[in-house]
Amino acid sequence: MIDLWDGVVQALRLVAGLDATLTDIALRSLQVTLSALGIACLIAFPLAALLAVRRFRWRRTVIAVLNALMGLPPVVVGLVVYVLLSRSGPFGVLGLLFTPTAMIIAQVIIIVPLIASIAHQSLRDLWHDYHDLLISMNVTQGQKLRTLMWDARRALLTAALAGFGRGIGEVGAIMIVGGNIDNATRVMTTAIALETGRGDFALALALGFILIVMTVAINLAVHTLGRTEREGRW
Amino acid sequence: MVSALFPLIVTRAETRRGGKVLVGPVDLTLEGAGCTVVIGPNGAGKTSLLRLLHGIARCHAGRIEWQVDAAAARRAQSFVFQRPVMLRRSVAQNLAYPLAIRHTPRAEIAARVARWAEAVGLTAMLDRPAPVLSGGEQQKLALARALITEPELVFLDEPCASLDGRATREIEAILTRVAAAGTRLILTTHDMGQARRLADHVVFLHAGRVFETASAARFFDAPATPEARAFLKGDIVE
Amino acid sequence: MIRLLLAVLVVWSSAASAETLRMAVTTSFHNSGLADVLLPEIADDLGLEVQLLVVGTGQALRLGEAGDVDAILVHSRGAEEAFVAAGYGTHRREIMYNDFVLIGPQDDPAAIAESETATEALTRIAEAQAIFVSRGDDSGTHLKELALWADAGRDPAGFGRWYNAVGAGMGAALNTASGLNAYILSDRASWLSFGNRGDLALLFAGDPVLFNQYAYLPVNPERHPHVAADLARALEDWLVSDRARDLIDGYRMEGEQLFVFNAQSEGDT
Repeated sequence: MIDLWDGVVQALRLVAGLDATLTDIALRSLQVTLSALGIACLIAFPLAALLAVRRFRWRRTVIAVLNALMGLPPVVVGLVVYVLLSRSGPFGVLGLLFTPTAMIIAQVIIIVPLIASIAHQSLRDLWHDYHDLLISMNVTQGQKLRTLMWDARRALLTAALAGFGRGIGEVGAIMIVGGNIDNATRVMTTAIALETGRGDFALALALGFILIVMTVAINLAVHTLGRTEREGRW
Repeated sequence: MVSALFPLIVTRAETRRGGKVLVGPVDLTLEGAGCTVVIGPNGAGKTSLLRLLHGIARCHAGRIEWQVDAAAARRAQSFVFQRPVMLRRSVAQNLAYPLAIRHTPRAEIAARVARWAEAVGLTAMLDRPAPVLSGGEQQKLALARALITEPELVFLDEPCASLDGRATREIEAILTRVAAAGTRLILTTHDMGQARRLADHVVFLHAGRVFETASAARFFDAPATPEARAFLKGDIVE
Repeated sequence: MIRLLLAVLVVWSSAASAETLRMAVTTSFHNSGLADVLLPEIADDLGLEVQLLVVGTGQALRLGEAGDVDAILVHSRGAEEAFVAAGYGTHRREIMYNDFVLIGPQDDPAAIAESETATEALTRIAEAQAIFVSRGDDSGTHLKELALWADAGRDPAGFGRWYNAVGAGMGAALNTASGLNAYILSDRASWLSFGNRGDLALLFAGDPVLFNQYAYLPVNPERHPHVAADLARALEDWLVSDRARDLIDGYRMEGEQLFVFNAQSEGDT
């Protein structure tokens, strides 16, 4: 029987000892996912705002596709990115396969639909409130998008955190495109997969607990800084 | 001061939604001074008429002609909605917003925000988030936000519906003051007392059509149509 | 905008890859822990950082074919020779061997511990219809298992429900075997480093047919001009050196020698 307690004890030991490998892996996890998150937000937020305010022919289709892509299997994304970035693939000359950059690209593809879908729902509701006022004030398209995104910033933060959660816990895609190379592309989740494969469940669990604690801590920090939960007034 | 937008000439204008005519066809000529009050029974199309004139409801038939081009006309107008739309920002940022989108210099924005907050008695609340204000405060903020760009024409859709007496008195005082300073007002109300207090002219609307336009004094003394007479008497008009 | 983004990506990624060589190795080699001994020595001696991609033999060969790695270190002779013949690799250099072992439930219901040969052991399992876990992933270990079944005159395609092809790596397959209390073919290193044995035990080993030859194959620079052919050459020279021999033969896991160095010196590649 697997002892959860062993995992907890080992997690505490690793953290207390400030294990160098662990720190390295944890920081790389953060580097990859936060970079992916930043890029994904730059794409997803304006896209969501545009989908909320513009009425174009394929709008409903795009929204339906985005919603469907929220459940995109990471393994498939990983495979597609792998094939594209492989030396024999169309972007092979860039030499990006098995680098953190490749992992970032895969994660961007995985989390953009999620962030855009969640953001779109809040922006659509806000646009419903603001529609008449902004039309009456004759704002330009750009001002419209900026106003919506700024005034929905708390909801957008929540969308970003959802994206962060999906990214930091993702293993299927980054395992394939990153290769889980020690000291280069190994992150928390791929390390967990590796230790599970070796049957070292205690270490795998320990890494898992640390990953969970890290994720919760970052969520709390963002909520505190963003004061999202301070008075439910807006 | 007489607004350069006027006279406004409306010819057989009509707006619809889902094939149903909301208001129209409307023929109407409005001159450039004073306060016009649009009255009529519920469902007459008062709100739709204001939205049509302002251009936030589409003109499906007929013409609405200002004395300047449509874009310039819209820039010289503002609109106060029955349910005030508060931007999810502070009071000060709500006031600054219409100026900021016109690229007004910062110093000018600050000065005007201070002046209009003072005018509507919201100076103490400048840093509060607008959505948490009371109904009366929100409507005063919406009014100040509509006036801060110094428009030539302001549309007000039931500006005092659901407000208490004191808030209504404050709003009316501001309206009287800006009207005296030359701002053209077009407002709807179902409060006949408010119509008598504010109106220079009256447009009587019924079933999506203009039944009567007249000076306030003439209209309230001697309405020309049986529908207007019945409405003023308090009868149900069908 | 997109071009700028790409430029940034390229700069960032290339910054991390100076004097590094990518080598695809099998799970079994990585699980042995030998890499943890060899890589720091290689870094010291050659100033070369070897990045390991730990995959199955099938994927390792694919990575080499696509030019995504500079060299591969695998153990599946037939596939390796086809790889070289097709021009993906310059040559094949044998380095060392270890062996496969048969793992199963401690009480050994098929009594394979009494077998003389590996084929006999497998025949006993098939006749007893004892639960068996197969990698089922075209890895070197899987190919070896299939070859052993063929030697025993049996075809896994006709096996009943006792035969479970899991399509997973060695560790995951061992985890499955542990859960099912099943027989499984494993390389010795993966078994020794496996931490979730449950009731499993090593039941049969030592038949020479179970020896597992590792070979080093540099990817052909004529086909993929970007590969680090010079570094691959330097690594090959190191791997066949006396220094590598001492480290490989001297490596112990739980007190057992895992690998036997058998590289020939120059001229036989």
